[in-house]
Amino acid sequence: MSNTKNKPLSKIVNDLTRPLKSHKGFVIWVLFLLLVIGGGLVAYIWQLRVGLGVTALRDYVSWGLYISSFIFFVATALVGMLISSVLGLLGIKWITPIARIAEMIAIGFAMLAGVIIILDMGRPERLLNVFLYARIQSPIFWDVTVVTSYVLISILLFLLPLIPDMPFLRKTMKDQPKWKQLIYKLLSFGWVGSPEQYKIVKRSMRILAILIIPVALAIHTVTSWLFAMTPRIGWDSTIFGPYYVTGAFVAGAAAVVVVMFFIRKSYKIKEYITDKHFDHMAKLLVLVMLVYLYFNINEYIVPGYKMKRGDDAHILAMFTGHFSLMFWLVQIGGLILPIILFLFKPFRKPVPAMVLSIGIVVAAFFKRYLITVPTLMHSNYHADNLPVEYTQYWPSIAEWSITMMAVAIAVLVVTILAKLFPIMPIWEVAHENGISYEEMNKFNAEDSDIN
Amino acid sequence: MAEKNNNSNNTRRDFIKKGILAGVGTVFAGGLFSVVKTYADEPDTVKVLDQDGKVKEVDKSHLKEVGENVNKQLQKSNREGIPNKKWVMVIDLGKCRDARKCMESCQSAHQLWTEKDGDGSKVQHHINVHVMNRGSKAGGYFLPRPCQHCDNPPCTKVCPVNATFKRNDGIVLIDNARCVGCRFCVAACPYSARTFNWFDPKDADKYKDVPYNIELNVPQRKGTVSKCVFSADQIRVGKLPYCATACPNGVYWFGDEYEDAVTNGTTKETVRFSNLLKENAGYTLLPELGTKPSVWYLPEKDRLFPFEDYHTPSDDNAKHH
Repeated sequence: MSNTKNKPLSKIVNDLTRPLKSHKGFVIWVLFLLLVIGGGLVAYIWQLRVGLGVTALRDYVSWGLYISSFIFFVATALVGMLISSVLGLLGIKWITPIARIAEMIAIGFAMLAGVIIILDMGRPERLLNVFLYARIQSPIFWDVTVVTSYVLISILLFLLPLIPDMPFLRKTMKDQPKWKQLIYKLLSFGWVGSPEQYKIVKRSMRILAILIIPVALAIHTVTSWLFAMTPRIGWDSTIFGPYYVTGAFVAGAAAVVVVMFFIRKSYKIKEYITDKHFDHMAKLLVLVMLVYLYFNINEYIVPGYKMKRGDDAHILAMFTGHFSLMFWLVQIGGLILPIILFLFKPFRKPVPAMVLSIGIVVAAFFKRYLITVPTLMHSNYHADNLPVEYTQYWPSIAEWSITMMAVAIAVLVVTILAKLFPIMPIWEVAHENGISYEEMNKFNAEDSDIN
Repeated sequence: MAEKNNNSNNTRRDFIKKGILAGVGTVFAGGLFSVVKTYADEPDTVKVLDQDGKVKEVDKSHLKEVGENVNKQLQKSNREGIPNKKWVMVIDLGKCRDARKCMESCQSAHQLWTEKDGDGSKVQHHINVHVMNRGSKAGGYFLPRPCQHCDNPPCTKVCPVNATFKRNDGIVLIDNARCVGCRFCVAACPYSARTFNWFDPKDADKYKDVPYNIELNVPQRKGTVSKCVFSADQIRVGKLPYCATACPNGVYWFGDEYEDAVTNGTTKETVRFSNLLKENAGYTLLPELGTKPSVWYLPEKDRLFPFEDYHTPSDDNAKHH
């Protein structure tokens, strides 16, 4: 990051805290999200009154858009672990400015994964039954356990590196509303910037970074087991765990590129999130997409070669039948094409990288749809003596509105976090610019009446 | 009902004309009694079963209203099942001509939506008759498919709240007072045997004050899963399942595997269960999945009725079978 080197501390602090104060378009963006959430809320009240019948779900396709979104959210949330944990532990330096973005996405989407499951329940008021009558044999119990753990560790991984940033915020945000200052004060946890404290923060971050790896692997493996633990055509697969985990890295890394692009643009921090970051992220995407492609080949070619009874209809529907358009758009647009294009340097520039990443994220979403829905349509015993709706599925308006509400809430969480806290750790960025912790302490102590 | 009633092997007590479970009422000597309302002539007394399985006639004034706790007690015993029994069904495919009387009687007993209700867009089946082998050289046939009451059930394994469970007597039940409506069991069932209450159940207003009977799974509840219960309520009083007795063609045999006896629902003939399977090469559905069903099938040999395919084929069907 040659172009981020040797910036004075005052400039770094100013650059990274300025977007938190006033921001054109922020209110409009939040209002837009609230509008989407409001629309979804109306649809959800309708669903509560009439029943899940307002969805296009019926006895055969009984899991649809909600569950697909659930897998998608869990998948996207996994990127927090990949970037701040795996790459961080490997000592890769360029992730410093984007680790917090990844962590924000992890928190927003992991929380929403929990919420969308409740939206999908026929009896949401009985949610407590999941704890009162908990059966540890059920994959849902495992899922509740690991998703909660992941959210908690992600929140800690978000809050810990924030602590050394708080003095900067308390110094520069004095003109901001009282409640904001109170948050900054509370989240300081008595931080004075002593070497001892830096040591504790760094060590804790390292422990959490290691802890989150098995938990992250667990959340998506368990999510895949919601399907793989059933004897259903298309789900009855032994590679579902790694298949989901690698797919999650693709979805999450692409989501980071998209968020990175828009934050860098609207926060005017091109000096910090540079072209080089897009270049690196695109290369990372190639790596994870190749691994995912490998699992896809295994998942479709192996049953496709054998054409066992039941598998045959499922595979043919993907390759040439009812789902073929979506299937090939997802495989080519979301995997093969970006893999090839990202091999060429011009496509790793911010704009093309962002455009391709949007394609990857959308494809990742529909990939989850392709995992969930076709299996339920290809039952061993078809829908005889049932209305024609039972043999088809395309999400209803209510389902789309409620799902969009969930997406909007996740994006709103990310937006609020990105508005309340600096988008990257000031202290780490400053440190990489050759500024010592003593200098930072001195900077914060200057004409400051806090503490 | 009280445990003693379960133990007695008497079938079809004729004094129970059309017993309606009024719940457990009177407490005599600290025991639980099951109370059966009868259409008896004397309006002031009712017949009850005591702990020893003896019938007693008691004054109505001795009865107490069924309380919430007693209801819970009942549910608990219903979760355990009838001791020393293993219920099995044998379905003779050669005799089925898709009369669908089984489906109708089942839908009416379990208060399910039928194609005749409303605009016909809400239909629920606990038992469905599938068209199989459409277009095959071996000829088509009809396959009545209730819940298979598997001994290795994929559905009960995945339930997060133990709302669906397997009883000691082999029956897989669903407790719609506990079900959270996640539909994991629906997704897990390879036989697609489960149905969901996507809307308010049929006649929801009419039945809203009726206490829940887990063995009949009525009244149905919006947002919960429903399924074939092997007519556990009928078995409790020594009767054959609704579908079996409704069949005009002798398709269904039902009985106890431990007694090695099954009774035909139409002819009421009783035969050795093992002989029936052996002589007719009985089999179970999707044996490769290892679900170990309690429902057996006899091959569609010597069909009593010519196969007539008047269903609308969906494109999936042709590929599948």
